[in-house]
Amino acid sequence: MTGSLALIWPVVTAAFLASLVEAVEALTIVLAVATVRGLRPAGLGAIAGLGALALIVVALGPLLDRVPLHLLQLVIGVLLLLFGMRWLRKAILRSAGVIPLHDEATAFAAETAELREQARRNEARLDWIGGVTTFKAVLLEGLEVVFIVIALGSGRGMLVPASVGAVAACLLVAAVGLIVHRPLARVPENTLKFAVGIILSAFGVFWTGEGLGVSWPGADLAIVGFAAMFLAVSGVAVVLARRPKAEVLS
Amino acid sequence: MTMLLRELAGLFVDDGALALAIIAIVALAGIVAMLIPDVPLAAGAILLFGCLGVLLSNVARTGQR
Repeated sequence: MTGSLALIWPVVTAAFLASLVEAVEALTIVLAVATVRGLRPAGLGAIAGLGALALIVVALGPLLDRVPLHLLQLVIGVLLLLFGMRWLRKAILRSAGVIPLHDEATAFAAETAELREQARRNEARLDWIGGVTTFKAVLLEGLEVVFIVIALGSGRGMLVPASVGAVAACLLVAAVGLIVHRPLARVPENTLKFAVGIILSAFGVFWTGEGLGVSWPGADLAIVGFAAMFLAVSGVAVVLARRPKAEVLS
Repeated sequence: MTMLLRELAGLFVDDGALALAIIAIVALAGIVAMLIPDVPLAAGAILLFGCLGVLLSNVARTGQR
C-alpha cells in the first residue's frame, strides 16, 4: 500500500509534465491556423480532433480490463521503454548541443508560412486544410497523452491520478493559450522532456520486468531508484555527446 | 490512414538502432527469465543495465558522428 501511495505523485507528475509538452505542441499548430485562417476552422478542427480522441478512448478503454495483467504490463512496459528512451535520447542530444533545441516560435513561424503557401496555391480549400491541420495535431498529440495516461496508470490501477495530471496540463495550456494568443515559447520543453523521459524509462523498466515475472526489491519504490540511475547515466551521456555549438546538426 | 499509422509508429521509433537494441534487451531478459526462473532478478538486472548501456552507447555514438 505504501508502495502504491508512493507511486501516485510520480504518476500524476509524469502525466502532467508529459501532457504539458504535447499540449503546447498542439496549441502552437492551432494558433498558427487561427492566425492564418481565423478561429473558426482552427476551433472546429480542434473540437473534431478531441471528439475523435474521445471516441477512441470510449471504444478501446474497456478492452484494457480484458487483457491479462502480466501481458498488459509487458506490452505497456516495452512501449514505455521505446517511448521514454526516445524522448530521453533526444533530450540528451539537445542538451549536449548535438541537435538544435525545439523552439515553439520557430515551429509557429514554419506552420504559418506553410499555411500561407497553401493559401496562395488554393484559397478556396484553405478553411478545410486549416481544419484538417488542427484536427490532425490535436488527434496525434492527444493520442500521445492517452498513451502516456494508459502506460503510467494501467499497471497499478492508477488511471484516475494519471488522467487528472494529463487533464490538468491540457486545461492549463488551453487557458494560457486563450489568454496570451501566442505560442508558449518560454516553456522549458527540453527540460520537461528530459525529466519525463527519465520517469517514463524508469516506469518502462519496472513494468517490463514485472511482466517478465521479476519481483523488484522495494516493490514500487524501485522506480525511484531506476529514475536516479537513468538520471545519472543521462548526465554522463550529455558529457560524452557534447560538441561545440558550431557543429550542431540541423 | 497510412500517414496516421506512420505518425503513430513515429511515437515509439525515432532512431531504429535504439528501438532494435531495446527490443533485443527485452528479448534477452525474457529468455533469461524463462531459463532461470528461480533467479528472476537476473532478468531484471539484464533489463535495467541493458537499457542504461544501450542509451549511453547510442547517444555517445550519435555525438561522435
